[in-house]
Amino acid sequence: MLLNIKNLHVEIDGKEIIKGLNLGVNKGEVHAIMGPNGTGKSTLAAAITGREGYDITEGEIWFKGTNIIEMDPDERANLGIFLSFQYPVEIPGVSMTNFMRTAINAKREYNGQPTIPAGEFLKMMEEKKNLVEIHSKLTNRSVNEGFSGGEKKRNEIFQMAMLEPSLAILDETDSGLDIDALKVVAKGVNQLRSQENAFVIITHYQRLLDYIIPDFVHVLYDGKIVKTGGKNLALELEAKGYEWIKEQQFV
Amino acid sequence: MKTQETDQFIGLEELLIHQFETHSELLTANDTPKVKALRLKHFDAFRTKGFPDSSQEKWRFTEIETALDQEFKHVIKEVKTDRNIEELFRCEVHNFKSEIISVLNGWYHSEKGDLFTNDEGVIYGSLKAAKLAYPGLFDTYFGEIAHSENNSFVDLNTAMAQDGVFIYVPAGIEASKTLQIIKMIDLNENIFVQNRQLIILEANSKLSLMHCDDSINHHSSLVNTVTEVFVGENAHFELYKLQNLNDASGLINSTFVRQAAGSTIKTNTLTFNCGLIRNNIEVSLNGKGAHADVLGLYLMDKQQHVDNQIRILHNEPNCTSNELFKGILDDEASAVFNGYIYVKKDAQKTNAYQNNKNILLKPTATINTMPFLEIYADDVKCSHGATIGQLDQEAMFYLRSRGISQSNARLLLMYAFAADVINSISIEGLKTRIDDMVKKRLRGELSVCEKCVLHCGSPEKEYHFDIDLSKL
Repeated sequence: MLLNIKNLHVEIDGKEIIKGLNLGVNKGEVHAIMGPNGTGKSTLAAAITGREGYDITEGEIWFKGTNIIEMDPDERANLGIFLSFQYPVEIPGVSMTNFMRTAINAKREYNGQPTIPAGEFLKMMEEKKNLVEIHSKLTNRSVNEGFSGGEKKRNEIFQMAMLEPSLAILDETDSGLDIDALKVVAKGVNQLRSQENAFVIITHYQRLLDYIIPDFVHVLYDGKIVKTGGKNLALELEAKGYEWIKEQQFV
Repeated sequence: MKTQETDQFIGLEELLIHQFETHSELLTANDTPKVKALRLKHFDAFRTKGFPDSSQEKWRFTEIETALDQEFKHVIKEVKTDRNIEELFRCEVHNFKSEIISVLNGWYHSEKGDLFTNDEGVIYGSLKAAKLAYPGLFDTYFGEIAHSENNSFVDLNTAMAQDGVFIYVPAGIEASKTLQIIKMIDLNENIFVQNRQLIILEANSKLSLMHCDDSINHHSSLVNTVTEVFVGENAHFELYKLQNLNDASGLINSTFVRQAAGSTIKTNTLTFNCGLIRNNIEVSLNGKGAHADVLGLYLMDKQQHVDNQIRILHNEPNCTSNELFKGILDDEASAVFNGYIYVKKDAQKTNAYQNNKNILLKPTATINTMPFLEIYADDVKCSHGATIGQLDQEAMFYLRSRGISQSNARLLLMYAFAADVINSISIEGLKTRIDDMVKKRLRGELSVCEKCVLHCGSPEKEYHFDIDLSKL
């Protein structure tokens, strides 16, 4: 199993948000995690990627056979975990080129490989830009600075394509996207899907799942996965709304 | 507290006063009547005021007392060195051609003679020699803009400075070569140095100047430099100050610039290392349409202290100024930024911009930043801003989530912060070198070594960076 989360409990400022979550993801699978706002979807992404301030009080996160809960975020990334941010951060003064080259070289160093030659790197940039239909020159642009909402999300998928993670977590990648941008993002993701990697797609709406077909849909409610099903569960949720889940919880 | 040479004294101030009174013949020997009168006037002022101290408003955040409370040797006669001057001052910055003006322990040194006219027609050399050769220029310019308001170091300097650098760019000469003043302190005793510089650019001329302050050993020194710069009509002047001295050193740098109509200046003060630095920069925009860029970058750590006092005086209409100072402070380092913009009553259509940005890497680092605008005209555009912050934690996590290590992410963010000051350097070879120095400084690899960094005396080493920040 690529990712195996066992009985995960996560607190922020002493308040428990994730309350005993279990999730297993195999290579080649796409998992969607859905749920109403404030149930812990983004907290789950933060806990897997090692963000500061998210305290794991109980449980384990196994990735590629290692419990990673004590690992630094950069080491998790180099091990193959990628997060597409809900709100990508603008970093003035750091060019996309330097940023990407530094990230790629960090990964290569981690894997005992030499740094990437400039020519190869540039070629790779061009290739991956086309994948998400970024036509502007990234070379002289600072990371996300002055990017539109859609460009920022496409930039996330571009970075994912560059870094080739084995597990990609897409945190509300569909939020703030118009239908055309959504299609571009979905197309990018679908092209990157393989038998060697896996995706966890966190979303509030079913819309994105029309374009990226999940193998499993999980409903996260009050810090736990309360329902798991196939792709049709997403449609059911869309039709019945989250109230339906809440009612079931009280029964 | 104890005797040096034959003079009994109880403190630095007393020593200086005693020295002046005993050796006034020697001190005034080469003076024109005007310079001599200025000496006496400023000596009286210094005797009355003494050194500034932190009870004074303009010195409130800079403990100058501590820097002064040491035993210093103060020389009024040139100390001969047995060092090989050419070797000592050789500059090996790659891709950067400059003509070097060497000043050792406050005295001008050159094999080319005391005054030199280069192939482009720029005249430079010893201030002492220039006083005799160009009495007319001294009468017109010397002491005209260096004032000692809130700064009795200028009094002391005017009273006692013996030598320094003189640069004269006659009308119409556009120098393509950069001049580089390298000031070194190299004495096996603590030394207090007065240094004076007079720089004159006549109409339609052009000059780029580097001013490097370096120390060569780890003795304590205190250098008090006063620079006057006159920029004639439509003349263009660039000044890059590089400050890299040991932690025991103090530097008081007072620079006064007067600009005529249509002239432009750019000053860039790059502070990499020094125990205590006080930079006083005053720019008087005294002719219509003049423009000044006044920039600075300070990267301090340990218990270092830097104090930038910047005054921009808009005395005439249609002038523009752009002021940007950025600092990164680590450990218990402290900094002061005091930015004063003055707009005279009829200086309409003034456009003045001021900004000071700081990053404190540790809670123990401090910054006092004080913007101050005084505007008497009604049709002006003035803006100012000051920020103090830490490295952006969101950005930090974003970088780390892409596999970039914490130390490299920090470095990327600090470097990005400093980038706009570095990018404003218009001499390409120098920009690359400063860029390298900033990276090294941020990595903690730049220290005051045997010799100054710009000026290594040995071929430049290839430095390996984990992250390659160079542009593709």
